[in-house]
Amino acid sequence: MRRITRLAPLVLVAALALTSCSAPSASDEAVTADSEASISYAIWDENQVPALEANIAAFNEIYPNIEVTIDITPWAQYWTKLQTQASGDTLPDVFWMNGPNFQLYAANDQLEPMTNLIDDGDVDPANYVEVLNDLYSFDNEQYGMPKDFDTVALWYNKAILAEAGVEIPNDTWTWQDFQTAAKTVSDNLADQGVYGVATGLTGGQEGYYNTILQAGGSIISADGTTSGYDDPKTIRGLQFWADLIADGSSPSLQQLSDTPHNAWFTSSKTAFFWSGTWSVAELAAASNTFDLNVAPLPQDEKQATVIHGLANVVSANSEHKAAAQAFQVYLGSEEAQTLQAEMGAANPAFIGAGQAFLDSVEHFDLEVFIDEADNYAYPFPVSKDTAAWTTIENELLPQAFSGTRTVEDVADELATRMNEALAQE
Amino acid sequence: MSLRTGSTRGESPAPTDRPVRRSDAKRRMAPGKSNAKGFDGYWPWLFVLPTLFGVLGFYIWPIIQTGYLSFTETGPFSGEEFVGIENYQTMLADGNVGQALVNTLVYTVIVLAGIPIALLMANLVNQPGLRFASFYRVLFFMPYIAMPTAVALVWRMIYNGDFGILNWMLSLGGIDGPYWTSTPGFAIVSVGVVGMWASLGFGIIILGAALKNISPDYYEAAQLDGATKWKQFTSITVPLVTPSLFFVTIISVINGFQLFDLLYAIMGQYNPALVQSQSLVYIFYNQAFIQNDRGYAAAIGMLILVVIGIVTFFQFRMQKKWVNYV
Repeated sequence: MRRITRLAPLVLVAALALTSCSAPSASDEAVTADSEASISYAIWDENQVPALEANIAAFNEIYPNIEVTIDITPWAQYWTKLQTQASGDTLPDVFWMNGPNFQLYAANDQLEPMTNLIDDGDVDPANYVEVLNDLYSFDNEQYGMPKDFDTVALWYNKAILAEAGVEIPNDTWTWQDFQTAAKTVSDNLADQGVYGVATGLTGGQEGYYNTILQAGGSIISADGTTSGYDDPKTIRGLQFWADLIADGSSPSLQQLSDTPHNAWFTSSKTAFFWSGTWSVAELAAASNTFDLNVAPLPQDEKQATVIHGLANVVSANSEHKAAAQAFQVYLGSEEAQTLQAEMGAANPAFIGAGQAFLDSVEHFDLEVFIDEADNYAYPFPVSKDTAAWTTIENELLPQAFSGTRTVEDVADELATRMNEALAQE
Repeated sequence: MSLRTGSTRGESPAPTDRPVRRSDAKRRMAPGKSNAKGFDGYWPWLFVLPTLFGVLGFYIWPIIQTGYLSFTETGPFSGEEFVGIENYQTMLADGNVGQALVNTLVYTVIVLAGIPIALLMANLVNQPGLRFASFYRVLFFMPYIAMPTAVALVWRMIYNGDFGILNWMLSLGGIDGPYWTSTPGFAIVSVGVVGMWASLGFGIIILGAALKNISPDYYEAAQLDGATKWKQFTSITVPLVTPSLFFVTIISVINGFQLFDLLYAIMGQYNPALVQSQSLVYIFYNQAFIQNDRGYAAAIGMLILVVIGIVTFFQFRMQKKWVNYV
């Protein structure tokens, strides 16, 4: 209990102390096979280390004298640590970046743009899913080399659907079809405590961001300056989830808090599960895995899913910038990303390198995720200080989903407060 | 915790203490040369230097820095701008901070309610001739040394609204239990009960040690006068352990006000009751490390410091009224 209050000021002070001693030396000379350097590579997912080590080994065949050290920090501390390092100009040379944090680092001159690499032809952005290039661009310059991507789809449990007498979802399903199916499951299997659907409603990536986009609404304007929550279409996307909870098709927010949404699905207590690519490994290992499969999300005004992916970025203050960029370029190559997919680490952002990902679990129709990315994926909503308004989402939206306030009322307050937060960026 | 800390003030000390204290006093009254000037040389300073350095460098200086930061608007990557009392004005207007203060108080009161229970249990464990006494002591102390997150995970399962053992037991009695950790109002109380449970062991050990220091003569004399066990407990045991009770109370209040990890781990991040159940430190964490508003976070940190300071100050003032140093 006392740990955090004692450490927090310490971290602040350490950050202050470190700002005064930095020695960035931009080295613009080109890297060659003889270049010698030692660079660090910061990541948060331990599961991907074997694949990344294989990447580094292959990289060292081209540049034998550039030593790359992987620095793993668990997700819970990753951003806190990175921020302290950024404050002290001691960022790792190459590190993982995500959408919500990207603009914060880019706008504060912490990242090295890839402009020179693209101009020299070392990198061709056309090789990557376009939305991801946009996600990692700021003021018309691209900073992040897309690493992988995730989209959201409709997971379902065949055994439960058969028992409830509901047909298996297909790519023509509308909201209406989905709602009827979910309600039927809840009604018919109520005595077993089985519900229609579960999803994560803290943060919108799995649930409400998708339905907002399907209804034709938006979370944030394309230029990232105004909230979309006062749009009636956005409200319709939120109402979708409030209705599912209100009519008993989904467990309540409290039930989803006490038992997380993925646990409901892997315990065969819900028939449907809105979730993304990142659930593949968990669902492949679940005890009911052979009952499970995946289909495209249902559509409303249009088909839509939110897409997000990680990127590899280079620190603007790296002492071995040329070497770091060489590694960044290699990590974006078809060879490196194919290897990632083969080793099951991630669904690669390099277009066409995903075959290995598709083959990784034979009994799931994983093409769904890639079809979505190719045809109707919308970028994950971000701004310069994403955390400032996602906190407001998480504070207010539970009141709408639990029915204590109307969705219109909550969305209205959310839009007002989000616009205030955006105005401060 | 020794009962003898304040013994110079005692008018009627326990008989066995007398010879020791006299010689002690005699030595103090014969002043050595250096003592006459009230100066002990540089040696004492040399000995405290390592600690002094640590306290100044890692406690006092950060507190001053935090105080300074609380008057600034701090960017995500350092670089602060002086804004006067703006952060404090925001804090006063922020309903969540008021709610968090109330929540923190509720939690602290629940943890404090565990102290009488700890005293009773310490008394039971210290019954003369009790078999397996040290086994019980270990058993009760274990929750205190266990990792708060591990404790929290187990209690999360117990409290689970649909599948938890607590609601299952209640259902046997025909009661439909609530979602303990995700209903506003219930949640902070549920966390408080875990906090109380987890800190019982600390109270039992400290108070148990104090109980051992009470001379059996008192109980013998009371027994001869016909005092019941309960009367002995209230008239001998309780007054004689008040210094330890005072110590445990101070520590519990400070720990209570610093509630963070237990709340964070029990409630999880997908909790609809989180906003209504935050503690002060939780808000501090959220502002400093999630929202990157470190100036405001520093202001909340100062609020926590001041509140703990005031409460502890009054506790020390009040101690004259109820703490007996024999």
